[in-house]
Amino acid sequence: MLHIPLLRYGKPYRSLDVVRVPHYRTREPFVEISQANAGLIRRDLLDLDGTRQRLANFPSAELLKICENAAELFLDSPLPLGDGVQTPDDYVQQVSATTGLPYVLARKNMHKIHKVMAEMRAVLGGLTRNLDLTVLDRGFGTVAGQELSFFARGNSLGVVLPSNSPGVHSLWIPAFALKVPLVLKPGSAEPWTPYRIIQALIGAGAPPEAFCYYPADHSGGGEILRRCGRGMVFGDVGSTKLWQGDSRIEVHGPGYSKLVLGQDAVGDWEKYLDVMVTSIVENSGRSCINASGVWVPAHGAEIAQALAERLSRVVPRDAEDPEAQLAPFADPSVAERISDMIDSQLEGATDVTAQVRGSGRLATHQGCGYLLPTVVHCPDPEHPLANREFLFPFASVVEVDEAEIPRALGPSLVLTAITENQKLIDRLLASPFVGRLNLGAIPTNHIQWDQPHEGNLFDHLYARRAFQRAMAS
Amino acid sequence: MTPTIPTALDTRVKSAREALDAWVREIVSWHFDPATGCPFWLDYAKRLDWDPRREIRGYEDLGRLGYFQDEWLRGGPVRRWVPRAYADRPVFIFETGGSTGVPKSRISIDDFRTDYEAFSATLPDEFFPRGADWLMVGPSGPRRLRLAVEHLAQYRGGICFMVDLDPRWVIKLIKMGEIDMAERYKQHVIEQGLTLLRAHDNIQCLFTTPKLLEALCEKVSLKKIGIKGVFCGGTEMTPQFHRFAVEELLDGVYFAPTYGNTLMGLAVHKPRVPEDNFAVIYYPPAPKAVIEVVDPDQPDRVVGYGETGRVRLTTLTREFFMPQFLERDEAEREPPCELYPWDGVRNVRPFSRFQSKVVEGVY
Repeated sequence: MLHIPLLRYGKPYRSLDVVRVPHYRTREPFVEISQANAGLIRRDLLDLDGTRQRLANFPSAELLKICENAAELFLDSPLPLGDGVQTPDDYVQQVSATTGLPYVLARKNMHKIHKVMAEMRAVLGGLTRNLDLTVLDRGFGTVAGQELSFFARGNSLGVVLPSNSPGVHSLWIPAFALKVPLVLKPGSAEPWTPYRIIQALIGAGAPPEAFCYYPADHSGGGEILRRCGRGMVFGDVGSTKLWQGDSRIEVHGPGYSKLVLGQDAVGDWEKYLDVMVTSIVENSGRSCINASGVWVPAHGAEIAQALAERLSRVVPRDAEDPEAQLAPFADPSVAERISDMIDSQLEGATDVTAQVRGSGRLATHQGCGYLLPTVVHCPDPEHPLANREFLFPFASVVEVDEAEIPRALGPSLVLTAITENQKLIDRLLASPFVGRLNLGAIPTNHIQWDQPHEGNLFDHLYARRAFQRAMAS
Repeated sequence: MTPTIPTALDTRVKSAREALDAWVREIVSWHFDPATGCPFWLDYAKRLDWDPRREIRGYEDLGRLGYFQDEWLRGGPVRRWVPRAYADRPVFIFETGGSTGVPKSRISIDDFRTDYEAFSATLPDEFFPRGADWLMVGPSGPRRLRLAVEHLAQYRGGICFMVDLDPRWVIKLIKMGEIDMAERYKQHVIEQGLTLLRAHDNIQCLFTTPKLLEALCEKVSLKKIGIKGVFCGGTEMTPQFHRFAVEELLDGVYFAPTYGNTLMGLAVHKPRVPEDNFAVIYYPPAPKAVIEVVDPDQPDRVVGYGETGRVRLTTLTREFFMPQFLERDEAEREPPCELYPWDGVRNVRPFSRFQSKVVEGVY
């Protein structure tokens, strides 16, 4: 059986404590993953200061070059995996095996990660507002006649990762280019992507000691977040609650991303149906940037009906099928629980997809449990399903008075606003609850890599200090 | 078919079994005798339509008494467990559990001393020198460890320094989500231990729990500070922790893991050999205690060697009789070995079916 070891400052370590993750379809053990005991993590992380210092000594230009080269290795080359080798096709099949993601979606995510590494210069430009990175090399510099100095807020970035989709890994990679060592706890069903990214970076010349990779239980994840100078944690509201008040930790919970049509645009809603469908269904609805709501001041029932007609055509297909758009649930009981929860809260709203399909949302294909895309029409924003997010293509079409936008929306990681009403735009621009604002018909899941995502990683890792000089540089 | 020739181990296993059966008869006679037994078992016998003293002839017959219920140990009157023969002796009470609700209590008179004196014989003098002082960093309070480790130190000619940790408070902190406070409490305990280690040169032996051992070793090299042997127990110990302790924490300091249990006694770790790959293998102090691994769904069936099941304990001393108690642990059944010619257990851990209900603290 395949075995994935820990990486202790880049060195593989086979633990006596292992977890076996099954293939989503056969339920047979597919991969054995070494587990790090909490004490081992704590002991290792005592050495982070030295590692940070050694990585800081690398010129930024060299780190960017490493990222660019790693991008190609990640996409096209065989890379080490435990005692063996993983080809790009192996990677796609392995991601699919433990997460259920169809090959075509795994490949799309692979390209997304490739792009972030290949275009790291532009990504850092976006994060740093085009800072000359030699300022980080020297610790200070002059930009446009102004003295600047930055310091790292911590000796490392610890990241507790999810299993929902590989694309999420694009968020932490820039930390390496910003000279910050990485300590990663992969999601239990998706150990593949962070391991492959690390191997690609090492293969391209990155110092192996810049990477710790610790598959572990919750207590191991907690140790990582407590011991690293800065942290990121992905998870649901319950699992991330502990870290909400800790300014060292950036919490990535549910996105509650939405589309909003203004009164001026809602009459032409049919023109925007493609944008809505794409926002809801891409990547099998597994991303926090997928839309889980379409909020409109009128025509809610018609929009819900049209969306349901389009989305009900999306059906489970084989993992290898290039047309596949839906991922099954690796644990079928999770699908059942989600479906039951939706049904239990449906009173006062309408599951329009169920009406169109003439059947429920639970489906079985090749013995696996799926949730079919679901559109619920909610007559008002207070309905319990109006602002919910699930791990499949689910969206509520909510009727709301335009004057109540954005107040009624609650937090939205991404908000696509289709309107030319300047007053509404001004209110959205002023809202602290909108993480990413798309003005115009842009799918919520469309990413421009020179824009920050859910907090700015550079600001998370670095702070600017006041700086004056009276000496020659 | 070729007849099987018994090996020396087979012979010793058979002898051990005979000794166990004889000891069972003796203990049952004692606990069900109105002159010596305790009120609990004497009352129990009144409700039976058979006489255990006559009909229990060996270990297998203990099943007729049913499974010992842990509820019997929660609450009083605790004197119902004191054998009449010991009515005039000073009685200790040791508790287990108790982070919520009423803890289980077990009375003790000399058993803890007897257990730890027997355990002492398994400790190599080279690493636990006679006359050396000890440091105990761990749960004391109402636990048997409070007196047992100190007795062990004294029995070996040393003095025991103590630092207490209250695991019930740690579990409460974790349940409240006060992880940082739990961490600070742990550090408070560790700092006290370090102070004692630095102040007393003759402390050469340490008792602590796995998590406190990790925390101590983050601060100091135990070897450099003079520790030669570590006796470790109190919570679950995994093979990976065992390996981590030996390879990375202890730097050659002797490591003696144990499976202590207030109700049963102290199980001794089989000496480490490479082929066991750091598995944590324990043998009970037979014939005073028996550890078996049984089918969770059919707890009267002992599983095969190497198979996983629920741990079933039996305690057979003149102070305490506890037949066939189903523990909240699971393990693999381990065959007899040269040193211990009776069944043992491998890799004891919390019973997986209860796991969501059990919080392991930092202690």
